[in-house]
Amino acid sequence: MEIKVLGPGCAKCSKAADLIQQVIDETGCDATLEKITDMMEIASHGVFGTPAVIIDNEVKCSGKVPKKKEIKVWLEG
Amino acid sequence: MKSGQTVIQDTAGSVFFLGSSILAGIAGIYLWWVVYGFLPVISGWITYSLLHIRQGSHLGASVEFFFYDTPKVMMLLFLVVFGVGIIRSFFTPEKTRAVLSGKSEFAGNVLAALLGIVTPFCSCSAVPLFIGFVTAGVPLGVTFSFLISAPMVNEIALGLLYGLLGWKIAAIYMGTGLFIAISAGWVIGRLDLENHIEDWVTQNNFTAAQMEEKKLSWMDRIIYGWDAVREIIGRVWIYVILGIAVGAGIHGFVPQGVMASVMGKGSWWSVPLSVAIGVPMYSNAAGIIPVVEALLGKGAALGTVLAFMMSVIALSLPEMVILRKVLKPRLIATFIGVVGCGILFVGYLFNMII
Repeated sequence: MEIKVLGPGCAKCSKAADLIQQVIDETGCDATLEKITDMMEIASHGVFGTPAVIIDNEVKCSGKVPKKKEIKVWLEG
Repeated sequence: MKSGQTVIQDTAGSVFFLGSSILAGIAGIYLWWVVYGFLPVISGWITYSLLHIRQGSHLGASVEFFFYDTPKVMMLLFLVVFGVGIIRSFFTPEKTRAVLSGKSEFAGNVLAALLGIVTPFCSCSAVPLFIGFVTAGVPLGVTFSFLISAPMVNEIALGLLYGLLGWKIAAIYMGTGLFIAISAGWVIGRLDLENHIEDWVTQNNFTAAQMEEKKLSWMDRIIYGWDAVREIIGRVWIYVILGIAVGAGIHGFVPQGVMASVMGKGSWWSVPLSVAIGVPMYSNAAGIIPVVEALLGKGAALGTVLAFMMSVIALSLPEMVILRKVLKPRLIATFIGVVGCGILFVGYLFNMII
C-alpha cells in the first residue's frame, strides 16, 4: 500500500503524517508513507486543501487532519 | 446547503443524540451566561482581595483588565468558533469552487467574498486552492476576492471584536472587510493580469481529483464544530493571552488621551503609518484585537485602528511568500497595492465620519 501525505510542511500536515505513521506502526500493516511538499506535485494531484491523504492514487481526504479511526479504516480496507 | 436531505437520512440513534445534545447545549449556554455575568466580580476579587493590589493603582488597573478580558475573550471565542464550525461543515472548497466557476465578474466578486467567510480555509492551503480555482475557470479577480476575504473576515476576528468592542464595530469591520475584498478583487480582475500567474500553473493541465462526498449527520457536524474549537483555541490561546497582556499594560500605564496625538484623527499621516507598521507585523486577529481595544480606549481614532488591524490580518509577509509560488512579482505587488489602497480608504473614511 502506498500512502502519500500532501502538504507544504505546515503544522497540520506534519500532524497528519505522524498520525498515519502511528497507525502503520500499531497495526503493522504493509504500507509506505511518503511526504509530498513540492507545490507543483501537490497541485498535480488535484487537491484543494492541505494536508491531503492519497492512498494508492485515491484521494482519501483533503484540507483537514484525518482522525485516527478514519486512517485505520483506510489501512484495513 | 441541502441540509434537509441529511437530516432525513439520520437514524433514530442520532436523533436521540441530537435531542440530548440540544438539551446539553441549552444547559451549557445557561451556565456559560451565568459565569460570564460574574466575570467582573471575579476579576476584581482576584486583583484586590487575592493579590492585595492597591485599588486605584496603575498595576491594579492592568491586572484587573487582564483577569477580566482573558476569560471573557476565551469564553466568547469558544462560543463563536463552535457556532461557525457547525456552519462551516456545510461548505467545502470544492463546493465553493463549483459555485464560483463561470460566474460573471461583479456577482462573482460579491459571492466569493461572502463564501470566503464560511469556507474552511487555512493560509497554507492558499496555493492549491488558487490553482484549483483558476484552472476551473473562476476569474482571477473573483479568486482574489476569496483570498482576501477568507483570512480577513473570519470568526475569530468577529468574535473578538464583538466581545471587546461591541456589535457595531464588529459589523463595521465585517462590512468594510467585505467591501475591500469585493472591490480589490474587482479591480484586479479589470487589470488583465492573467499572464502574471506563474507559467507552470497555466501550462500544466491540472484536473481536480474526484472525491466522493460524505453525507454528514448532525452528530458529525457537532463533532466538526467541537474539533474546530479544539484546533483553533489550541492554536490561538497564547496569542490571546499575550495580546491581552500588552493591552492590559497599555490600559493601566499609558495616560489617557496620549494616543490621540499619534493615532488620532488630527494627524493625516497616522493612517498610512499604521498600515506601513501593520503589513510586516505578523500576528493573527486573536493577538491584535485586545491591543486594538486598549489603543481605542486611550484616544486612538477608529479609522486608524481599523486600518492597522486590517493590514496586520489581511496582508502578511508569510502569505505573500506562499503566494509568490504561483504569482509573478508584479501581480503580488498589485495585490498588495490594491488591498493597501482599500485599507487606506476605509481608514480615512471612518476618521472622517466618526
